[in-house]
Amino acid sequence: MTKLTRTLFGLGAATMLMGTTAMAQEDTIKVGILHSLSGTMAISETTLKDAMLMLVEQQNAAGGVLGKTLEPVVVDIASDWPLANEKARQLIEADGVDVVFGCWTSSCRKSVLPVFEELNSILFYPVQYEGEESQRNVFYTGAAPNQQAIPAVDYLIETEGVERWVLAGTDYVYPRTTNKILEAYLKDKGVAEEDIMINYTPFGHSDWQTIVSDIAEFGSAGKKTAVVSTINGDANVPFYKELGNKGISAEDIPVVAFSVGEEELSGLDTAPLVGHLAAWNYFMSIDTPENDAFIESWWEFIGNEDRVTNDPMEAHYIGFNMWVKAVEEAGTTDADAVIAALPGTEAPNLTGGISTMLPNHHITKPVFVGEIQDDGQFDVVWETDDLVPGDAWSDYLPESAPLKSDWVELECGNYNTETETCGAE
Amino acid sequence: MALLRVLLAAAITCAASLAAAQSLEDLVATLPEGSYDDRGAVVAQIAGTGDDRALKVLESLLEGDLEVLDSNGRVVEIRSEGRDDFATDILTGEDYGEVPSRGSSRIRVNNSLRRDIRAAMGTMTLRHPDPARRLAAAQAAFRSPDPDQAELLSEALAAETDPQVAEALSRAVAVAALEGAAPEAAQLEAVAVLSEMGNTEARTILAAAAADAEGPVAEAASDAVRHIDQMQRLWGLAQNVWFGLSLGSVLLLAAIGLAITFGVMGVINMAHGELVMIGAYTTFVVQEAIRSSFPALFDWSLLIAAPLAFAVAGGVGVAIERGVVRFLYGRPLETLLATWGISLMLQQAVRSIFGPNNREVGNPSFMSGAFELGQMTVTWNRLWILVFALAVFAVLLFVLKKTPIGLQMRAVTQNRAMASNMGIRTGWVDAMTFGLGAGIAGLAGVALSQIDNVSPNLGQSYIVDSFMVVVFGGAGNIWGTLAGAFSLGIANKFLEPWTGAVLAKILVLVFIILFIQKRPRGLFAVRGRAVDA
Repeated sequence: MTKLTRTLFGLGAATMLMGTTAMAQEDTIKVGILHSLSGTMAISETTLKDAMLMLVEQQNAAGGVLGKTLEPVVVDIASDWPLANEKARQLIEADGVDVVFGCWTSSCRKSVLPVFEELNSILFYPVQYEGEESQRNVFYTGAAPNQQAIPAVDYLIETEGVERWVLAGTDYVYPRTTNKILEAYLKDKGVAEEDIMINYTPFGHSDWQTIVSDIAEFGSAGKKTAVVSTINGDANVPFYKELGNKGISAEDIPVVAFSVGEEELSGLDTAPLVGHLAAWNYFMSIDTPENDAFIESWWEFIGNEDRVTNDPMEAHYIGFNMWVKAVEEAGTTDADAVIAALPGTEAPNLTGGISTMLPNHHITKPVFVGEIQDDGQFDVVWETDDLVPGDAWSDYLPESAPLKSDWVELECGNYNTETETCGAE
Repeated sequence: MALLRVLLAAAITCAASLAAAQSLEDLVATLPEGSYDDRGAVVAQIAGTGDDRALKVLESLLEGDLEVLDSNGRVVEIRSEGRDDFATDILTGEDYGEVPSRGSSRIRVNNSLRRDIRAAMGTMTLRHPDPARRLAAAQAAFRSPDPDQAELLSEALAAETDPQVAEALSRAVAVAALEGAAPEAAQLEAVAVLSEMGNTEARTILAAAAADAEGPVAEAASDAVRHIDQMQRLWGLAQNVWFGLSLGSVLLLAAIGLAITFGVMGVINMAHGELVMIGAYTTFVVQEAIRSSFPALFDWSLLIAAPLAFAVAGGVGVAIERGVVRFLYGRPLETLLATWGISLMLQQAVRSIFGPNNREVGNPSFMSGAFELGQMTVTWNRLWILVFALAVFAVLLFVLKKTPIGLQMRAVTQNRAMASNMGIRTGWVDAMTFGLGAGIAGLAGVALSQIDNVSPNLGQSYIVDSFMVVVFGGAGNIWGTLAGAFSLGIANKFLEPWTGAVLAKILVLVFIILFIQKRPRGLFAVRGRAVDA
């Protein structure tokens, strides 16, 4: 690059930067969208980007926020977590966004956390996760373990009479932590050590023959057996295919999954899977006027009536509406003011209830257990009577049981109620 | 479980006495109400009415086709045609025509209710004309043994003509005999039947019998348990070998194309996995075309897709060779980087054309399901993939050893200058060899689409395994690839039960590292350009 072009380039960049900051101050509020549009996670995250664009468009049609138009800024983190860190910094510093909606994996969230703390911005994280975390700058609109895993296990114990458990998961932080919590919970309930089988597989595992035959063997010992699956995205298809081919039906050994939703089933022939279960806080099949309207507008936005909606999309819907309300209440998009205004904010969810942001930055959600149908949708077979408040620190793990998160009164994400100090690990 | 059984039995007897009071009409009308447990009780009562229509009601409920019309509150059976639903009254058969969307609500069933329905239907279908239905009934009776039904089952067994159903029935009779207070001779016979059955289910029942019963029955039962344990160890071994062969066949398919491009030509082709992916997407496109235009041909879709996948992937391979790789011969690092770049481009191209989501590739009917071989279950798709892998291997061997192009390929590989002097167009042979390797990768894609996700990332998961197999087997020797694939597959599957899937994979990799230290040229080393260069 010659000196002249470099100078010109620099000048151009500077003017562009000035232009955008000036505009941001005048009539638009920028909303950052930080999802993978390429790489392994693109399969799940592209939909979330589209859902966010739709929500922003709808809000603008309804008059924007604080009389200003919302301007979405989309970046692609390419399923690369160090890159996510850089892109988050770029969004906040260079693009000047006031809030970011993004990430799918826990690795992504952990990678961008320091940026949000350092630059004091806001992240809405829409996916169910393993808990054991609460940060001042992050709002968790997906399920904590007590809003998904624990109720699903309760359902299996009470309705299906399950006594023997296979905890199968992909080998990374979310399944390992969730299974640790579940194991402690099951032992609390009096399940014997030999009635729990724990199994981990690598990412993208495709040869399930040994494991499925182990499960069949484990399940033929005369006690009702169920599989609790924290198997991640791509590995699910060959897993369910192997189950179907081996002739293991949901009536013999039901599988309850925490990462299989409508989107994942859309790449699969679901006829052999009828009756297998999933636990979520939202299903596309739930019959409420809000959900009907959401699906209609989603189809219209995306221009394809075969596209499905799923749980993390609903989480973005709730999170986005909460942010809009909090900004209007605070009268500004300033991060500190919005973070202070968010706890206590209420927004309708798509299943007919009103979710509330809690002081621990998690939200209240209903829990549903659904059975897979032959059309790739879920039929709700069980739901909680009330909304369940998200618990950041699990009560079933000895190390996290005394911890508590409260950003309103205690100003602390990991307050130890035994030693009465903040920041204890 | 026992409690449930007692409740169910109580409900049935209760229903029998109430049958006169509660007609099928009343019972069906109460189906939509209450919880799943209430519905389970109603199901038992419906089965107890003895009404001819009861079976149809239960079947429809089991399928999830039973709904309640919002307009008149009738329980109807729903039939879908395209996006429209049509309703007929389940009892009167009256046609209510098309149902507006959300104009009816489904009577929900869950897994435990499905089990109740099957158990209730069991006794009703023991004498059904369709053998498949009788088999299902016998199996249901085996799973929920009820001594009260022993006589009914024995009668059905005496009248049974189909050998498979008769076998299932005799097992159901045996379990019922062990469960109840049958005479000793009958119980001993039951133990023999279950011992013959020889699986874990039978073992569980026998172990319980060994603990509960007394005298000769207990003795026979514990003998049988020991016998089953012994047999199961043997079958476990056989099963591991089979799993290993099956994993090996997948490895072989993925690696065999690379055995040519990398093994024979010495090109480090990082885009090999993407050529596999292209083959899988070709299968998807063929299936889509068949689904929309010629649904009757669906079972043939893979046979149609195979040559197309070979052609498409082979064509892309030739383009890669002519466009990029031929300028980089003898520069392995640059080749590696360039082909890696190509692999990213191919991935993103597929993502842009077909979207990032998984695509559904169906199994033709001959590749679905499984069959029992002794105590092991062999799934058809795995068996066919093994056959396919061996067939591809045999054809490749034939091409390389017995055809003129194969001769030229070997000549160019062994001594390019001399081959060129003999009048062989080495450039053309290079392109054809690369194309052959790529085409075979495409064929692998057809097979892998049957067991794995068809997504843009499909290839990435196989590239490391493929290189592993080729390097282990010895570059340049396709027999080495065969031996390498199957020995790695079997080693992996024997390790997996002991160490878990994650550690098994790591151990195999560690083993290969050590092995390559000792024998850098793999199992079967050959001399060729790849080695001499």
